[in-house]
Amino acid sequence: MITELEMGKGESELELGLGLSLGGGTAAKIGKSGGGGAWGERGRLLTAKDFPSVGSKRAADSASHAGSSPPRSSQVVGWPPIGSHRMNSLVNNQATKSAREEEEAGKKKVKDDEPKDVTKKVNGKVQVGFIKVNMDGVAIGRKVDLNAHSSYENLAQTLEDMFFRTNPGTVGLTSQFTKPLRLLDGSSEFVLTYEDKEGDWMLVGDVPWRMFINSVKRLRVMKTSEANGLGM
Amino acid sequence: MGLRLPSKVLEHILSFIDSNEDRNSVSLVCKSWFETERKTRKRVFVGNCYAVSPAAVAKRFPEVRSLTLKGKPHFADYNLVPDGWGGYAWPWIEAMAAKCPSLEEIRLKRMVVTDECLEKIAASFKDFKVLVLTSCEGFSTDGIAAIAATCRNLRVLELRECIVEDLGGDWLSYFPETSTSLVSLDFSCLDSEVKISDLERLVSRSPNLKSLKLNPAVTLDGLVSLLRRAPQLTELGTGSFAAQLKPEAFSKLSEAFSNCKQLQSLSGLWDVLPEYLPALYSVCPGLTSLNLSYATVRMPDLVELLRRCSKLQKLWVMDLIEDKGLEAVASYCKELRELRVFPSAPDLDEANIPLTEQGLVFVSKGCRKLESVLYFCVQFTNAALLTIARKRPNLKCFRLCVIEPFAPDYKTNEPLDKGFKAIAEGCKDLRRLSVSGLLSDKAFKYIGKHAKKVRMLSIAFAGDSDLMLHHLLSGCESLKKLEIRDCPFGDTALLEHAAKLETMRSLWMSSCFVSFGACKLLSQKMPRLNVEVIDEHPPETRPESSPVERIYIYRTVAGPRMDTPEFVWTIHKNPEIGVSHLAIK
Repeated sequence: MITELEMGKGESELELGLGLSLGGGTAAKIGKSGGGGAWGERGRLLTAKDFPSVGSKRAADSASHAGSSPPRSSQVVGWPPIGSHRMNSLVNNQATKSAREEEEAGKKKVKDDEPKDVTKKVNGKVQVGFIKVNMDGVAIGRKVDLNAHSSYENLAQTLEDMFFRTNPGTVGLTSQFTKPLRLLDGSSEFVLTYEDKEGDWMLVGDVPWRMFINSVKRLRVMKTSEANGLGM
Repeated sequence: MGLRLPSKVLEHILSFIDSNEDRNSVSLVCKSWFETERKTRKRVFVGNCYAVSPAAVAKRFPEVRSLTLKGKPHFADYNLVPDGWGGYAWPWIEAMAAKCPSLEEIRLKRMVVTDECLEKIAASFKDFKVLVLTSCEGFSTDGIAAIAATCRNLRVLELRECIVEDLGGDWLSYFPETSTSLVSLDFSCLDSEVKISDLERLVSRSPNLKSLKLNPAVTLDGLVSLLRRAPQLTELGTGSFAAQLKPEAFSKLSEAFSNCKQLQSLSGLWDVLPEYLPALYSVCPGLTSLNLSYATVRMPDLVELLRRCSKLQKLWVMDLIEDKGLEAVASYCKELRELRVFPSAPDLDEANIPLTEQGLVFVSKGCRKLESVLYFCVQFTNAALLTIARKRPNLKCFRLCVIEPFAPDYKTNEPLDKGFKAIAEGCKDLRRLSVSGLLSDKAFKYIGKHAKKVRMLSIAFAGDSDLMLHHLLSGCESLKKLEIRDCPFGDTALLEHAAKLETMRSLWMSSCFVSFGACKLLSQKMPRLNVEVIDEHPPETRPESSPVERIYIYRTVAGPRMDTPEFVWTIHKNPEIGVSHLAIK
C-alpha cells in the first residue's frame, strides 16, 4: 500500500524520509520556508515561495528570500523549456532592445554608424547569449547567460550561486562552501578568469563590463594558487 | 505439416506493409517470416541509439535504405543533460558503412556527429540522397562541404537547429557544377555568410528544388534574387529582413513573392520589419504553414497578415500575438491543426504581454481541427482547461507550459488538477501531454486513469509524493517516454513499478529525490534496463540514501554502454563489481 508515502500536501512541510544527509546520518527536514537554515547544501527543491507571484493571489513570502533575490526564470537551468537556439534569439532581442534604450537615454556615445552595429548584432555576428563556465575540480561545466547580467557583481553572484551554494532548480554542485565567496576581490580560494577572443586568459574585472562581454569567449573559476600568472 | 508461403510470395505481400510497427509484429510470427521481413525492410527507426547495438541492426537489415536515430534525452534541449553525455553517431555510421552500403538516407536527432562521420558517409554510400540532422552537434562546416562535394545524387541536406562550428561560408561552393539533384536545402542554423553567387547558381541548376531555408546572413536582396530563380518553391525559410527600408526593395520583394505561386510553407523572418509584411500578402492565401516564432512583430501587424491565411494549418508565433490576435486567428484560420505560442521574453519580470489563457480558449473554440498545441503562458485557470477539453476532444498533443512554477489557478487559487483531469478525460486520443502549474498527486491520479493513449509525458515542479509517480506508472498504459524534473520523490514508486520501465523507451528524472541505493537495486533487479546516474559526484562517496542529480533509465538489448563519460555512473549487473563507469576515450 502506498498510503504511508503521502508526505504531506499543499503548503505543509515535506519531510524526506530517506535521510538526506551531509555526512551526518540524520534526516533533514526540508520545509517550504526555503531560504537558509536546514537547507541541504546538497540539494534544493524549488518551492512555490521561490518564485515571485505575477498577478497571482499568493503573497510571495519575502522573508524567505533574505539575502538573495528570487531566481529569475532564466537562471533556473532549463526553465522555461525553450530550446537554446530560441533562447539565444530571445536574449539577442533583449540586447537590441536595451541597446536601443540606452541610446535613447543618451547613456552611450552615439556614433554615426551605431544603428548599423545594432543590426549586425541582431544578425548574430556578435557573440551573445550563453557561454560556458568551468570550475577547477568540477567535471560538469555550466552555461551562463551573459545578457541576463548587467555587471561583474551580478555575474559573480550567479556563479557563486551556481557552484557554491544552494542552487535553485538543480542540486548544488559542491557541499563544502556555505559562506559567500567573493570571487572578484581575490579574498577567496578561487578567482574568476576568462578567455578572450584572442585566446588569452585574463582575470575578470579589469575592463569595463561592456567591453568584457564583447570579448569573453568562456569563463573559468580557477584556484587562486594557479592564477598567479594572470596578475592584476 | 502446415502450409508455408514461398518466400517470394511472402516478400511480395510484405512489400505492402510499410509501418515499422506492423513489420515488427510480422517479424515475431515465426522464423521464416522474421527472415523474409528483415531482408526486405527498407526503413529502420531506432528511437534510442543505446537500446540496440549498431552492429546488430546492420546485420539484421542488410537492405536498409533509410536509417533514423535519436540520441540524447529530450531534456537535453533545455540544457539538462551535461555536455559529453553521449549519443555518438560514429559507431552507427561505421557499422552501416561496413554492412549496408546501399544506405541512402540518414536522419539523426540529438546526436553527436563529427566531421569524420560526415566524411565517412560521403565516402561509403554511393547513392546517398538524404541527410537530416536535427539538434545535432560536434561537426563543422568542413563536414558539410564533404557531403556537398561527394554525394552526387544528394537530394536533401537539412541542418535543423544544430550547433555547428562555423568555419565560413565556403561549404556551399563545394556543390559541384554538375549537381542538379537538390530537392531540399536547409542551412538556417549556420552563422556565416555564403557567397550569394554560388547559391544563385546552385538554385538555378536545381529544377527539383522545392524547399530552401536560408540563414540570417542572407540579405533581402539575396532573397529576391533566389526567389526569381526558384519560383517553384513550396517551402521557404527567409534570411534576415533587417535591411534599410527602400521603396524599390519593397516592390522587388513583393513581386518576387507574388511569382511563387506554389509556396505553402514560410519560416525564418528574423527581424522582420512590419513594413515588409505586406510583401508577403500575395502568398498568404496559399500558405498551410507559417513560422513567425522569430518575428518580433506586434499584434496588429500579425493580424493583418494572418487574416489572409485562410488555409493555414500550422502556426508558430510568439506571445506578441496577444489574446486579441488569437481571437482573430480563431475566426480566419479555420483549417488550423497545430498552434505553438512561444514566449517573447525569457524572464517573468519582463513578461507584460497581454497573452493569457483566453487566447488559447479562443482558438480552441474557433478552430475545429485543432489537434496539437504548445502554449507558453504566465498563468492559467481550470475553467479555461475545462473549456478547451470540452471544445477540442480531438486533441492529440497538448503541451501547456505555465511559466511560473507552482502557479495555481489564478482566479480560484486551486491547483490545476481539475483542468488537467478534464484534458485527460476529454481528449481520448491524446498522445503527448506536458503539464505545469500547481499540481497535486490527484492530478496524476486522473491522468493515470484516463490518459490511456498518452505515449509521452513531461512534468516539472509538480506533485506531492511518490503517489504521483505510482499513478502514472500503474495507469498510463501506452506510456513510452516519461520525463520529470524537480519533483519531490522517487524511490518507492520507481522500485514498485520496475517492470513497467521495460515497456517504456525511457525515463528521465532530474532534481528529484531518487537515491543511489534505489538506482542500484533497480539495476540489479532489471537486467534489461540501463540505469544511468548522471551526477557530478561519485555516488559511492555518499550515503546510499542521498539523492542523485539525474537519472536516465532506458530499456536495451545492447547491455551497458561503453562510452560513458566520467560523470555518468552505470551500475554493473554483477553486484560484486559494484559501480563503475566504463569509459573509453
